[in-house]
Amino acid sequence: MNAQLPIESIDAVTAGLASVGYIASRQIATAVYLAERIEKPILVEGPAGVGKTELAKALAKWRGLRMIRMQCYEGLDEAKALYEWKYAKQLLYTQILKDKLGEVLGGADTLAVALERLHDFGDVFFSKEFVEPRPLLQALEQPEGCVLLVDEIDKSDAEFESLLLEILSDYQVSIPELGTISAVVKPFVLLTSNGERDLSDALKRRCLHLHIGFPEQKLEERIVESRVPGASQALRAQLVGFINQVRALDLKKLPSVSETIDWARVLVLLQSTELDHETVKDTLNVLLKYEADIETTMPQVAGFVAKSGRAGMFG
Amino acid sequence: MREELHRFFRAARGAGVRVSPAESIDAMRAVADVGFADRGVLRDTLLLTLAKSQDEKQALGDCFDLFFSHPEPKSEMDDASGDDASASGDSSDATSPASAGGAPQDGGGETTELGELAQMLLAQDRSAVAAALAGAANAAELSAIRYFTQRGLFQSRMMEALGVGRLRDDLDQLKTANPAEAERLANLLDGLRDAVRERVSQALLLYGREETENLRHEILRNAPLARLERRQVDQMKLLIRAIARRLRERYSKPRKRQRRGHLDVRRTMRRNAAWGGIPFLTAWKRRHRDRPKIVALCDVSGSVAQVSDFFLLLIHSLHEVVDDVRSFAFSGHLIEVSDILDKQEPEAAMREIMTKVGFGSSDYGNSFADFEKRWLRAVTPKTTVIVLGDARTNKLDPRTDILRTISERAKRVVWLNPEGRMGWGWGDSEMFRYAPFCTVVRQCATAKQLERAVSDIVAAYQ
Repeated sequence: MNAQLPIESIDAVTAGLASVGYIASRQIATAVYLAERIEKPILVEGPAGVGKTELAKALAKWRGLRMIRMQCYEGLDEAKALYEWKYAKQLLYTQILKDKLGEVLGGADTLAVALERLHDFGDVFFSKEFVEPRPLLQALEQPEGCVLLVDEIDKSDAEFESLLLEILSDYQVSIPELGTISAVVKPFVLLTSNGERDLSDALKRRCLHLHIGFPEQKLEERIVESRVPGASQALRAQLVGFINQVRALDLKKLPSVSETIDWARVLVLLQSTELDHETVKDTLNVLLKYEADIETTMPQVAGFVAKSGRAGMFG
Repeated sequence: MREELHRFFRAARGAGVRVSPAESIDAMRAVADVGFADRGVLRDTLLLTLAKSQDEKQALGDCFDLFFSHPEPKSEMDDASGDDASASGDSSDATSPASAGGAPQDGGGETTELGELAQMLLAQDRSAVAAALAGAANAAELSAIRYFTQRGLFQSRMMEALGVGRLRDDLDQLKTANPAEAERLANLLDGLRDAVRERVSQALLLYGREETENLRHEILRNAPLARLERRQVDQMKLLIRAIARRLRERYSKPRKRQRRGHLDVRRTMRRNAAWGGIPFLTAWKRRHRDRPKIVALCDVSGSVAQVSDFFLLLIHSLHEVVDDVRSFAFSGHLIEVSDILDKQEPEAAMREIMTKVGFGSSDYGNSFADFEKRWLRAVTPKTTVIVLGDARTNKLDPRTDILRTISERAKRVVWLNPEGRMGWGWGDSEMFRYAPFCTVVRQCATAKQLERAVSDIVAAYQ
């Protein structure tokens, strides 16, 4: 949309993200604004399903930029993340150019001359033509800039983190054969982590650190409103109230925003206009992902429904 | 304002948030961008740029709130303004406000002789006093405060900077000239002193928390474990946990490069057979590294019990570093306690161990015999055997022959003795009869020595 213009204010961020359906808290908006201003990556931490990945998507959509996603996993390495030589292509070209090779070397009288010519020739095969750019390199090469999402960095190995450092601080990568490649336009970098392991200080130091927790009730209602327009005001208030009470329980996996949205969708599909005991019992498996959690919650349902019903009436 | 931010960074470090110069530069740039207008946004900005984990965010948030709230001028003037308000609330110009406001006026010649501070206080100029306090805090370099013992020093420095000397002269003068006014000024001075005290306490909380804690830890690290007070025991447990974390961090990371040894000629030849023996691929020997296997024999009788307690707590929180720990406790006889320690909370575990074997007089000979009979097989050439005890055998047979057998089987035998070297060999101490069979004998009376001892044991395997 307005990719070239810098972001003017924090409010502009909130409004912009809202226009693509992402309701951001002030902290999130501040983080995005600052990241753009001081050109720093954002490291987003928080429980699963609070919209970490969604933030990157919304950002890309709002700024009209391409989003390049780099999903991290154990064993991810340079060849898959940064660049790779197109080995097959190199081999194929050498075969095809075999005759040419003979021609080039044909006129050489001495070994030294032949070697000299071969040197010039060799560089051809280690040029940009034969580099297969992987997500990180792609992100640097985008002419309009892009949003680079390094998803679930905590799943990757510690070595991969070190690989990222050059990109994060200087927006450049070094390829031994080619030299250093700098970003055409500095990409907007987001890293997400579920806190499975502690990230290194070196990585953290290069990033703004944003923690997204469970949203406040009012904010969550607005999120549901924007994501599931079919849900009535009363239902929204009730279900968000209910979920907030569930979050106070000691569960293995607390229901997150994504679960709230799923549940709201289910309730709308079931055409319920307000929360009642039976519907909740039947659809609890949308909200909770462990049998033990459902068992813990089941006896409390009646009380929670009543409470959130009252809250809905007044709120 | 830049000054203020620098002070805040220092305060943040005091709160235990590591703020590197690079981060402070980022924060400066960010703050320059968002400005100081909105405190909420400023708070978010600093939290985003400086804090790098959830805990740090919490600590920094608290620090921010403390730093940017200036309760002292208010609380000082509150009493005064409270009087003032209630007085003017009475309104109808009663006697008290007239005397309060009037006195300086009609004694116009007098007030000019009063010092600046006295005038300020008497006029109840709230903002001026606040400014003076801030100025005095700067002059006294209050942000340099580190320890709680410095409180008095900084208070007097601040009072000095405020000009309290002149105020005292004024007070003496007024006592004869205008006793009522003098009393009022004395009260205000007390208020001011409270304000200064509060300001210094706040500064200590902001800038000195970590140092104070470090100092306390340092004292605790060097305190004899056997003679801790009850309130120190809990702190010591925290300290032991911190030590365990440090040891884990230091020794649990695999260091790959170190493990590569010499060229493995045979494997290299075999691997490169396809190329006619030209070594395209090389194979390297890997240096084999064992993780420690530890057998710990702990005396839990009388005075040694406390030390054994901490030692077991430490050694059992080293799971990531140590392959296998088997612990045994003894006084009169010996039992295995690994299970108890692994399955229960430290307090409950210690209580159970104590009821089982504790509180007897120690019999090293008998306990070693128990060990030899049932568990000697646990000692392998990879095992480090640690004996923790004062070697006081109550004149019973020390059975050094068993320790000899153990040391012949084990990689190392380390004896940790909570008693000072002076005591070894005196009375019923058999330390010197055991010593020849030990690889190392060292004193282990404080947390610091305990850390060193365990660290050395683990390092021997690296």
